[in-house]
Amino acid sequence: MISHQGDREAILGRVKEALREPAPLKHPAERSAGGEPTTAHFREWLPPVGAAIEERLDLFRKLSETLRSELIACASVREAAAEIASLASAGGWKTLALHQGELVDALLPLLPASLTILPLQSGYDKDQLEACDAGLTECDLLVAQTGSVCVTSKNSGGRVLSVLPPHHIVIARTGQLVTDLTEAYQSLAAKYRDGYPSMISFITGPSRTGDIERILVLGAHGPKRLTILLLP
Amino acid sequence: MNTLAEPPSQQFHSDANRSSTDAPRRAAVRRALSNYQTARNRTGATFTDWKSARASAATIKHEALNHLDRYLEEFEQKFTARGGQVYWASDSKQARDYILELAKKNNVRAIVKSKAMTGEEIHLNQALLAEGYGVVESDLGEYIQQLKGEPPYHFVFPCMHLRRDEISDLFHRELGTAKTDNPEELTMIARRVLRRAYVEADMGISGGNFIVADTGMISITENEGNARLTVGLPKIHVALIGIEKVVPRLADLALFLPMLATAGTGQHMTGYNSMYGGPRQTGEIDGPEEFHVVFLDNHRTRLLADPEQRDALHCIRCGACLNVCPIFKNIGGHSYGTTYQGPIGSVITPHFRGLEDWKHLSGASSLCGACTETCPVGIDIHHHLLHNRRNAAAQKPAKGEQLLWKAFSFLMKRPSLYRFAMKFAPLGGLLHPLVQGTPMDPVAGWTGSRDFPAAPLGSFRERFRAHNAAKQSAAHTGGAR
Repeated sequence: MISHQGDREAILGRVKEALREPAPLKHPAERSAGGEPTTAHFREWLPPVGAAIEERLDLFRKLSETLRSELIACASVREAAAEIASLASAGGWKTLALHQGELVDALLPLLPASLTILPLQSGYDKDQLEACDAGLTECDLLVAQTGSVCVTSKNSGGRVLSVLPPHHIVIARTGQLVTDLTEAYQSLAAKYRDGYPSMISFITGPSRTGDIERILVLGAHGPKRLTILLLP
Repeated sequence: MNTLAEPPSQQFHSDANRSSTDAPRRAAVRRALSNYQTARNRTGATFTDWKSARASAATIKHEALNHLDRYLEEFEQKFTARGGQVYWASDSKQARDYILELAKKNNVRAIVKSKAMTGEEIHLNQALLAEGYGVVESDLGEYIQQLKGEPPYHFVFPCMHLRRDEISDLFHRELGTAKTDNPEELTMIARRVLRRAYVEADMGISGGNFIVADTGMISITENEGNARLTVGLPKIHVALIGIEKVVPRLADLALFLPMLATAGTGQHMTGYNSMYGGPRQTGEIDGPEEFHVVFLDNHRTRLLADPEQRDALHCIRCGACLNVCPIFKNIGGHSYGTTYQGPIGSVITPHFRGLEDWKHLSGASSLCGACTETCPVGIDIHHHLLHNRRNAAAQKPAKGEQLLWKAFSFLMKRPSLYRFAMKFAPLGGLLHPLVQGTPMDPVAGWTGSRDFPAAPLGSFRERFRAHNAAKQSAAHTGGAR
């Protein structure tokens, strides 16, 4: 039988012993106060974004294009539903998996009646979800600096709805677009003061691989397509 | 490949010799890496100040490593409070035994694994297979290597050395699929096979890129979505991760994630960056019932105890130093015979597996410093190779070499003896052809692939004296006119 903590004390003991002699700091961060860099400085070094909402949107649009995400601006929930209907008929979808949420609930009655809906409420059958043609989720945030969609296990239908079906549709509001990862983490920390969801994931474009001759192929395991429907 | 009969240094030399003359393979590797260099330069240039970002990343890692005990305990406290379990493994065997025990206890039938170099390090798959557990690698490159029965060629790009036709032949042989030269079709073959693996597996094993202390999370970076599925569908998740992978704060990832992507593949951000803080929580609809983090020491504390080289543990395994290394490009990833290839592997392997057996890797460098220059967390990689050379020499002095240096210094301090000895150099040049190519050749290491220059009949000093004398006599003659 194995102790459930293993060699905890022995390893911590070796670590403490090893650290008795301090290591020199070879690359002191220039603009750090008191020797420890603060995360507030990251913004000065990372790729610039711009302060105005238009600049943020422009960058997000540009990066989405590079990443081969499809960003579609929708004036209303009705328009978003129409976009989903046209994607569904073009893709020959039979089943759409989704979860409950403010935006999805508003969309649901407007979706084409021909689509079978698989709602993930308290659980699901893995095979059934795997066989779906698309997954519709909300998200927590969009990140301008990286072109990412931030989903969590709490607000995006659990851990795999955003990654198992071959087409992932995200419905979001422009107000969810933050400048950069620093702001994203600040926003998540404020939102989940009482406990983070068990998964936070920054999705940056559809699933991709370059493992064969470093040639880009989309849809390695996750979605081949990522569509972001952006409401005002 | 690594065979038991051969010591690592001999295996290294014979594999490196063979690989460096394999021109088609080298061309494939070079082609794969040329795209990387372009993408990396382009993305790096979008940073407002890459150098400060890098200095900051180095400072954060320095803080994390120099208070490692505190941060590991902080992680453990936060992680277990949310229902996770932490197991501390001193060595490979302990880690393997724990994971095997978990599999046994939970009647696990099928295991799916996302990319984890720690898994390679402890030979986890072999141990699981030996006990009868089926385990499938889900990262495309790792899956290809698993089918091929080969270790990864590069710790970020596992099958970068293979051409599409070789992969097509492999799939045809192992999976019975039709041959194709289309990378997309090849990827879709793997996609179909592996989808079943996620759905059927009851245990998912992953590695981890960062241990986040302040929120008790493990962060995993990937492009394919295979790790998301590996830790999303099975009922048990095991993350096997080296104790050095700590960052103090979740917010630190705002710097590390873009830097890892830029240095690793030239992307702004890798496809999926996911942070996992515990198993399925109340109110969540899926996720594993159990989440075990296995902290792996396996001699990391030995490297930690060396303040001079402690920063080698800052490594975030982006692979940039391999991608720019002229030695890696020439000898390829398998020649190293190590889990971690390239410059950083040559630095850390002697600490993990013994300096005496692995010191030859310190010589696998032109000391050009490209690795140090490219490292996103500022590790002085090529200096550490020199430190390892020095330490190896101190640990086991090379007697013959010491004698040679003593003789040289004796000679250099005695000008008349030196001048006398130099008279014999042309004689050496005359006699050399008699032994060239035989074991008696004193410069065999050089002449194996190059000509040894013939010694001139006169020394520089003699020529210099003659030249001066000629000039002076010319000046005298000129003055007399």
